Amino acid sequence: MRKQKDALLLFLIYLAAAFSVLLLIGIIVYVFAKGIGVINWGFLTQVKSTLKDTEGIAGNILNTIYIVVLTLLIATPIGIGSAIYLNEYAKKGPFVRMVEFTTQTLSGIPSILFGLFGMIFFGSVMELGYSILTGALTLTLMILPLIIGNTREALKTVPDSYRQGAIGIGATKWYMIRTILLPSAMPGIITGVILAIGRIVGESAALLFTAGSGYLLPNSMKGFFSKILESGGTLTIELYLSMAKAKYDVAFGIAVVLLVIVFFINLLTKVLIGKWSNYGKNKD
Amino acid sequence: MKTAETNKLSGRKQNKSAVEEIAQIVFTICASFTILAVFSILLYMFLNGMPALFKVGIKGLLFETVWKPTAAEPQYGILYVILTSVVGTFMAVLIGVPIGILTAVFLAEAAPNRLAAVVKPAVELLAGIPSVIYGLLGIMILNPLMYKQELALFKDSETHQFTGGANLISAVLVLAIMILPTVINMSETAIRAVHPSLKSSSLALGATHMQTIFHVILPAAKSGIFAAIMLGVGRAIGEAMAITLVSGSSVNLPLPFNSVRFLTTALVSEMGYASDLHREVLFTIGLILFVFIMIINILMERIIKKGGNMDA
Repeated sequence: MRKQKDALLLFLIYLAAAFSVLLLIGIIVYVFAKGIGVINWGFLTQVKSTLKDTEGIAGNILNTIYIVVLTLLIATPIGIGSAIYLNEYAKKGPFVRMVEFTTQTLSGIPSILFGLFGMIFFGSVMELGYSILTGALTLTLMILPLIIGNTREALKTVPDSYRQGAIGIGATKWYMIRTILLPSAMPGIITGVILAIGRIVGESAALLFTAGSGYLLPNSMKGFFSKILESGGTLTIELYLSMAKAKYDVAFGIAVVLLVIVFFINLLTKVLIGKWSNYGKNKD
Repeated sequence: MKTAETNKLSGRKQNKSAVEEIAQIVFTICASFTILAVFSILLYMFLNGMPALFKVGIKGLLFETVWKPTAAEPQYGILYVILTSVVGTFMAVLIGVPIGILTAVFLAEAAPNRLAAVVKPAVELLAGIPSVIYGLLGIMILNPLMYKQELALFKDSETHQFTGGANLISAVLVLAIMILPTVINMSETAIRAVHPSLKSSSLALGATHMQTIFHVILPAAKSGIFAAIMLGVGRAIGEAMAITLVSGSSVNLPLPFNSVRFLTTALVSEMGYASDLHREVLFTIGLILFVFIMIINILMERIIKKGGNMDA
């Protein structure tokens, strides 16, 4: 009796685990089967146009790159700075507790609420409207906890002897941070940044009402820079809009592109984390 | 000689160079950013969400069920929307959590290394798939499946409004799948944190591996698993893009085969064109969602703290 019950439980455990694996395989096979045929050179390098009768996502790919780069440009320095403060300068007290509490709160807020806040604050109050900049500022709030967390973890793995050694031979604290701590913590920081890229590429709810849905390519050098003040829909937004318009072939085409990006990022983080932990081991 | 050296050192400490000062100030400013962000979010959520609550009235907004924001005499009852979010989240957790915990048990306790090396990355990849793709698959796979059930179930009904399969069940299934990675990761961490002596004592007393897992390890990991569940609840109630189209998005009582609208999907589907009071009511919906999330976060904090104390 007990043996049967145990066997049943073990079976359920294996069944549950198999579910995740089969689900993933099912998703990949289904998306690729439906979407791979849509993808060709034109789809990736053209912009959709009823006049020329073309379907393409070049504008959305560019917008995604804009948002990723802009968000990282804003969020990475702030996030690293915050982590350095928490790990190297701060003494335990109400301010640190507050920073930690708010960082955790930020990571729990759903992206649709970031979108709502971004629309009100960056869009209306700061009068940036629907623009790539509004989207990037909104996403900055969203990925800050990720970058702060990963940088802190990385700083924690730097042995204290490095700090004492540097200070002991007369280095100032800022010099020590710049030349010893940051380089040693770099793999961890980069891992955090790549994870952040993954989140930005997959994000949609926070962008719908902040970055908008523009899909055109800039047509001049000047347009290349002023683009950040114009509306620009990322790949996920275009996927959502295509789906809402029942243009499922385009939606699956974009889904394939997104899956490839996401899997590549996942692989990259794996490799980096592997390197990072080896790195730590060699130092010890 | 020695004293001169010491003086020099302490002297340097006292006149910290300007660069040092600036560095410290800049880092402190960076750190205060998250505080600023959370307080701004809090402030603007309340500032924009409260007015409609008074203009429509708490009763007319929260306890009425008719949602006609664009009618000549608009009505803004969002009770069904709130109920849908609560019921939908509850059902998603009911389905997702058992599968998630069992998978976590598999990874932490039952799996041979070679199988764990397949399941673990699969779970990580599932977590990375963008929510719009889950939504797309929901529309293409779940909705037609549900439509078949619907046709069979309601073929004699005269009152049922057919939804084409875009209903509460479809949305719940999508949500259940989407919270899996969160629940699995958190529960696995909780199970691995259980002290190995508990396991070995249980096995030494003659309990089988399964009895040990379900009667010793899981109860010991209780607080961590509750935290995992709360995190899952937070993800489910906050998910928007994946379920907007899958759920059908009309305001109805959350019954399995009804087309329903969640707090999140109300924002996604109407924010684009709403104006005036309608827009303000949407901000109130955002505020309600925000309050739900804060409650969940605070509960989770409590659970984790309590668990931490118990371990100590």
